[in-house]
Amino acid sequence: MSPDLLLLIGKATLDTLRMVAIAGLIGSLIGLPIGVFLATSAKGELFPAPTANRVVGLVVNAARSTPFIILVVAIIPFTRLVTGTSIGTKAAIVPLTVATIPFFARLVEAAIRDIDKGLIEAARAMGATPMQIVFKVLLAEARPALTLALTMTIVSLIGYSAMVGAVGGGGLGDLGIRYGYQRFMPDVMLVVVVVLIVLVQLVQSAGDRLARRFDKRNRKT
Amino acid sequence: MTVPHSKQGGEASVVFDAVSKRFAAAGKSAAFTALNNVSLTVARGSITGIIGRSGAGKSTLIRLVNGLEKPSSGKVLVDDVDVAALDETALRSLRRSIGMIFQHFNLLSSRTAFGNVALPLEIAGMERRAIETRVRPLLDLVGLADKRSRYPAELSGGQKQRIGIARALATEPKLLLSDEATSALDPETTQSILELLKRINAELGLTVLLITHEMEVVKAVTTDVAVIDRGEIVERGHTFDVFTHPRHETTRALLSGLPGSRLPDAVARALKPTPLADGRTVVRLTFVGPAAERPLVSQLIKSLGAEVNIIAGTIDEIGGKPYGSLVVAYGADAETLEKAQSFFLENGLVTEVLGYVA
Repeated sequence: MSPDLLLLIGKATLDTLRMVAIAGLIGSLIGLPIGVFLATSAKGELFPAPTANRVVGLVVNAARSTPFIILVVAIIPFTRLVTGTSIGTKAAIVPLTVATIPFFARLVEAAIRDIDKGLIEAARAMGATPMQIVFKVLLAEARPALTLALTMTIVSLIGYSAMVGAVGGGGLGDLGIRYGYQRFMPDVMLVVVVVLIVLVQLVQSAGDRLARRFDKRNRKT
Repeated sequence: MTVPHSKQGGEASVVFDAVSKRFAAAGKSAAFTALNNVSLTVARGSITGIIGRSGAGKSTLIRLVNGLEKPSSGKVLVDDVDVAALDETALRSLRRSIGMIFQHFNLLSSRTAFGNVALPLEIAGMERRAIETRVRPLLDLVGLADKRSRYPAELSGGQKQRIGIARALATEPKLLLSDEATSALDPETTQSILELLKRINAELGLTVLLITHEMEVVKAVTTDVAVIDRGEIVERGHTFDVFTHPRHETTRALLSGLPGSRLPDAVARALKPTPLADGRTVVRLTFVGPAAERPLVSQLIKSLGAEVNIIAGTIDEIGGKPYGSLVVAYGADAETLEKAQSFFLENGLVTEVLGYVA
């Protein structure tokens, strides 16, 4: 493989990492409060707002059920508004972020709903405000599950990021399609796939390890 | 940590005034009346037990005290303050003055023993250093100073409940609510937790309101008891009086589970409501206070001039007073019965004829 190609692969890897990192960061920062809201706003819960809960739930479902490649095209006007362009790596970050938000929000919701209701009751009995319950009880107790949720989100993002090549977003997926498939260079395709596999493995095992460290529930006595 | 004794006799810590709680129909479940016109006073400095079977409404009742549930009608007063009338902020500050412990401990798995005890103080906005000085003696009090850096998963059930108790005491409350705190523990651990509650009540002058379905718990620690059945208080009074003279059938049923108070099955089956020719009378004698220390059985035998056999018996302490219950059988002829009657009268014994056997 020529040095030029290796350089291309290196640059594509960096592009992928940049897209995944930025979309993952912004998407999960926005998705986290939405997930907490979904988990705490039904009738009789911490922030009861059943109507808003249903509306947000519907929007999240709609976003989740739109195939990613269609989402990419459908929000081009919004992408252009935010980044000034609709093609390239920078533009690709917008649909990736938009797809991350509802995905992560649902995972956060599940993680929070999983927490024993008795803990919420105990905190209420201590005189905690709803916000204190969110920060001191829910988020603290859900930390291992949230870590796994973030891991899963990043792994999905790596997969999604391979699709944004379709709108001129860079990265490994784009490289694989243009060189590996369209120019029929199976060695490039192979390297792209191997790099993606390695990335996913690294993210997954780092996430698993971190989650285990946060999880104090199964300690040996 | 010393809290001045506030055992001013008769003063009420909690008052339930004609409280009812109805849960509206939701989905498939029909509307449900959990509490019906409950009136009850919890004296300051007392350990008051509310006992009932599951579903009797105890959990709802205890949750009214710190406003986790709101009454449908009637009032709950804590230190003369109507809990339901408080706004959110006032309710939170009331809750900080009431400790609560739970059947399943409800400790945060992500926090150490120290962190769990510190939680209510953090919630109350206390400074980190002040928290440290407050938590340490609490861990000493519950005997777990060496476990401060352990996580709940590393502690036994009894240790977890001790942490739960330390946590409940952290804000120096004047009232402690105990929601089936020993129901998930084995008998031995239960005893040690109850001892701890007794000690706290005595040393800190803390009023304890506990709910349980176990008569053993009520017997071991409470000074006062209320029996709840299907949302209504059916009997209440000093624990000793309720135990020695149960009036309501629910109380009797709950008491029958206690060892020593049950007749052996063979005797219970043979029991007839009317005397049989040449048969024997089965009587329960209840010894109270000093009577429990006199040799009454041998005196009874002497005064009857007849055989007396002992069928079941227990000697115990209830609400801190000695108490004995003895089931005996003797002849059912008129002469013996008359002698027995006068003996019981002379000695001020409480008796109950359970029936007759052949």
